[in-house]
Amino acid sequence: MKALSQKRRHPLAALALLVMGLLLTGGLYAVVTTVNSAKADTATYTAQQVNEGEKLFVANCATCHGIGASGTKAGPSLAGVGAAAVDFQVGTGRMPLQMQGPQAREKPAQFNADQTRELAAYVATLGDGPAIPDAKYLTGKGDATVGGELFRVNCAMCHNAAAAGGALTRGKFAPALAGVSNNHIYEAMVTGPQNMPVFNDANITPQGKADIITFLNTIESQGSPGGAALGSLGPVSEGLFLWTAVLGVIIGFTIWLTSRTS
Amino acid sequence: MGNHSDGSPTSSDAVAKAGHEEVDKFQDPGLPPHRLRLADTDPKAAKRSERQVAILFGISIVGTLLFLFAYFGIRLDQTIATLRLQNTFLGLGVAFAMLGIGTGIVHWARALMPDHEVSEERHELRSEEDRVAAVKIVDDIIEETGIKRRPLIRNTLIGAMALAPLPAIAIFRDLGPLPGDSLHHTLWKEGERLARDPDGTPIKATDVTIGSAFHVIPESLNSLTTGKLNEKAKSVVLLMRLNPEDLHPSKGREDWSYNGIVAYSKICTHVGCPVALYEQQTHHLLCPCHQSTFDLTEECKVIFGPAVRPLPQLPITVDSEGYLVAQSDFHEPVGPSFWERS
Amino acid sequence: MSTSTQAQFKPKTSTGRITDFVDQRVGGSGILREFGRKVFPDHWSFMFGEVALYSFVILLLSGTFLTFFFDPSMAETHYNGSYVPLKGMEMSVAYNSSLNISFDVRGGLFMRQVHHWAALLFVAAVSVHMLRVFFTGAFRKPRELNWVVGGVLLILSMAAGFTGYSLPDDLLSGNGLRIIDGVVMAIPVVGTYISFFLFGGEFPGTAIIGRLYMMHIMLVPAMILLMVAIHLFMVVVHKHTQYPGPGRNDRNVVGYPLGPVYAAKAGGFFFIVFGVVAIMAAFFTINPIWNYGPYDPSPVSAGTQPDWYIGWVDGALRLMPGWLLGLPMEWHIPLPWGVNSLSLNVLIPALIPAGLVFTLLFTYPWIERWVTRDDREHHVLDRPRNAPTRTAIGVAGFIFYCVMWAAASSDLIATHFQVSLNDVTYWLRALFFIGPILGFIITKRVALALQRKDREIALHGRETGRIVRLPHGEFQEMHAQLDDYKRYKLVGFESPVPEEGIPNENGIVTKTEKRRAALSSFFFEDRVAPATPSELAAGHAHHEAVEAGEETKQVSSY
Repeated sequence: MKALSQKRRHPLAALALLVMGLLLTGGLYAVVTTVNSAKADTATYTAQQVNEGEKLFVANCATCHGIGASGTKAGPSLAGVGAAAVDFQVGTGRMPLQMQGPQAREKPAQFNADQTRELAAYVATLGDGPAIPDAKYLTGKGDATVGGELFRVNCAMCHNAAAAGGALTRGKFAPALAGVSNNHIYEAMVTGPQNMPVFNDANITPQGKADIITFLNTIESQGSPGGAALGSLGPVSEGLFLWTAVLGVIIGFTIWLTSRTS
Repeated sequence: MGNHSDGSPTSSDAVAKAGHEEVDKFQDPGLPPHRLRLADTDPKAAKRSERQVAILFGISIVGTLLFLFAYFGIRLDQTIATLRLQNTFLGLGVAFAMLGIGTGIVHWARALMPDHEVSEERHELRSEEDRVAAVKIVDDIIEETGIKRRPLIRNTLIGAMALAPLPAIAIFRDLGPLPGDSLHHTLWKEGERLARDPDGTPIKATDVTIGSAFHVIPESLNSLTTGKLNEKAKSVVLLMRLNPEDLHPSKGREDWSYNGIVAYSKICTHVGCPVALYEQQTHHLLCPCHQSTFDLTEECKVIFGPAVRPLPQLPITVDSEGYLVAQSDFHEPVGPSFWERS
Repeated sequence: MSTSTQAQFKPKTSTGRITDFVDQRVGGSGILREFGRKVFPDHWSFMFGEVALYSFVILLLSGTFLTFFFDPSMAETHYNGSYVPLKGMEMSVAYNSSLNISFDVRGGLFMRQVHHWAALLFVAAVSVHMLRVFFTGAFRKPRELNWVVGGVLLILSMAAGFTGYSLPDDLLSGNGLRIIDGVVMAIPVVGTYISFFLFGGEFPGTAIIGRLYMMHIMLVPAMILLMVAIHLFMVVVHKHTQYPGPGRNDRNVVGYPLGPVYAAKAGGFFFIVFGVVAIMAAFFTINPIWNYGPYDPSPVSAGTQPDWYIGWVDGALRLMPGWLLGLPMEWHIPLPWGVNSLSLNVLIPALIPAGLVFTLLFTYPWIERWVTRDDREHHVLDRPRNAPTRTAIGVAGFIFYCVMWAAASSDLIATHFQVSLNDVTYWLRALFFIGPILGFIITKRVALALQRKDREIALHGRETGRIVRLPHGEFQEMHAQLDDYKRYKLVGFESPVPEEGIPNENGIVTKTEKRRAALSSFFFEDRVAPATPSELAAGHAHHEAVEAGEETKQVSSY
């Protein structure tokens, strides 16, 4: 492998790239006006929320993200990531990061809803970024068919057609989506956490995102009509099940059948 | 194990001497004595086994009834829940019906039918005199055809028989058209707008932000009435945006991107799956089928996996309204390699 | 005028009368005499062939049901059935009818699942049966041709499965067809032509599902039925093999008569297999086509794998690196008319492992016969430990297959065990070469060790755990000697000696013969000979000597 490729795989290289990317994004905004996620956050946060958020930030996040979230070697700048990113990362427990590795792992959230909101309020002041989504897109009452089609085109290649999750390179993965709350699904799409692409509102419209959420809610609640889903992982789990459980039962029957009775 | 310190050979598994084995072998003691089963000696046990067989057959009848009840009795209301319920009970019904009969018969055979092991002689596959007679018959038949004395007949027969199957092959020519140069062309052409998959709405350059991954089809795809999937199978494209500094275009491709926005064929150059996974931070494209990995900053060069060729790049620019358009078709055939490719 | 055709024999029972009625018109008493009480040996490892046969019958029954409702057309339609997340979607008629069977035909989903689970079981049973036949040496004379027929059946069963699961035209199997198209296109000279003839034009076209349907319901089942008939005919002619044991030799068959015991057990087993398949179809979802959606060349699902029996081909495709030591595995060959592409990265994994496996598979009986110079008929099986090299070769081949099979699920291994996908690939690439070698060595040593254990038990009996202290202080563990019947099972095998090269009629040992002799010593070296009666007698004499010695010692201790 070339040295350049090697350096590209250094965990900090990705972060360095992100820092550069974020700074340049700000510059590009000045040149290219967009209708995308860089809307000013129209949610109203009180000054107290922002202050509390800053205190929480300094105590829990600044070690990696730097004072004022300007970024360090250990964590990227949060300028412009938006409240949505904070709500997602902190709400799913991915942040504070457990350890450096291929990707941040979901774990029990360290902060309660109020604290998460305060952190979001603080980060929202650092630059225009995606806001916490409007509740009307999170109802799960959209069009499951449209959502399913969008999901299969944009999401199934990483998350699997039944949202059971899938592998990425070098130890990264796209997690299963069962049990993920609707706001987190929306926020992940609009912020593109880690290696997930950013699905801004021009790529998948807010209604499209709502339809995807509806689709995911539908398949999660409906269950599998044929019986146990075996993880919805397809022919591999079916074959494994056959070779272990089923053949085992059949061999059991053959041994019984050919054995002597007392 | 096996202390042979009294002088007998210690390596008891040594190579046996030639001729030694023929004489010194254990003789076959014959079939072991027959052991009686409980049902053979105890009439009460036999009766019990008989009842067990009957119960098993009875379970089968219950299973059949369960199936009929589930089929006609569980009304499907178009929900997954009732469908699953019906499926489960249809299956349980069949399972009991079948297993009841099967285990009943097997239990009957094991416990009650005579279980004396019998020895039957094997016949020779064919006797020596049969063999001699058969070979003579075959020889006579061949002799009477005279084919050995008439090479002209033999050779022309072989010629005719060898060619006779050809029509059976040739008649399948119309299975499909010849490839022609269809694999060298896609729907993309100069001015063809890049549109979202699947709804076909065109994409503006400003829509594509860094970290985005757009799944793209030609705008004119959705208006096709026939052959839509055929064209889609060649023309699907991935659209992403990088920092222009991160792109390292080779000679001649400097103007194929637009402000860091690049478009590449989505069809894997290995065996044709959609290379759909975009890792936004590493700028890698991953194909989920056989894990070929392409580096977006190196013009989708292959960095892992079984693919060899980079993904073909679609040269793009913007039109007067700011929509992304292709500059031309791909400069090479998309998808897996084939003999006539280069 | 006497009616000489009038039967003299008048049967007394009603079944007797019916049998006589049929016999007088069609004949059959000869067959009944020959087969009615034919003896079949009884061992559970002989039943895998039956599992395969019965699952095939289940496939025929459930498949016939499905043909009443499935429509293989690739014309476009819009879904209007009861599965909500696909309502209104554009899809092919084939996919639409598969959804219809699943959601709007009562029992349809159940029959689809019975059919697909039985298909997986069919190929698995054929494979396990083949392995059993290999490891017990049942492919030896006179059964070499039946082994070949069995190999053909294995290939046909895989073809039946592949054509079958591609019929619903869903995203998963459609991407599988895409991969097949890519592999076909890689074939030099004629690849694109075959691809266009197969699909009726460009991929995906509108012809392929209908063509696969014909192959799946007519061509392949007809060939399977023909091969099964030949296979069973030969089993009847050769009679079944049997394991070594008391009373069993190459000239007899020991077991139960066909009627009633064997027929009852075999017949009952059909219902048992059907019942097990029904339980699977009742409780476990298989091939949830509604999750995958209709086939479209744009989307793809993470975890795209074929059914298990095609896995090894997919795994081989994954393991092959596209660039080897900096050299591309696609060659551009300059020819007089231009440059042509040779996709070795596709051709090598698609053709070489499968070619190797099937060639060795089909020719193995003749290879072993050449190496061992054993031309005798064999009706008594080998216990696998008593043919250590053959068993080790079989395990090596099995591991070779399993490494590729595992590679097909490399991405699922990565997510499930939380390791890097790339590392899984690197490990399996190494195991592809090292695995079979390690497997061979370990298996051979294990087989030899088991043979030595058998010797110990035959000569010294089983350890009872009872310790006896002799008067002069020695502790001895009492061993329970085996009875003659059990011992015969352990010692009733042959252990041939490796041979030197045999000179031909001119007194010369040819090169081929030298090679054969070398292979023969590879095959038979490290052999463990069966225990002999003289060794057993020597062992007993040893113990008696000890006993006798004690008496004298006893006397002297007073």
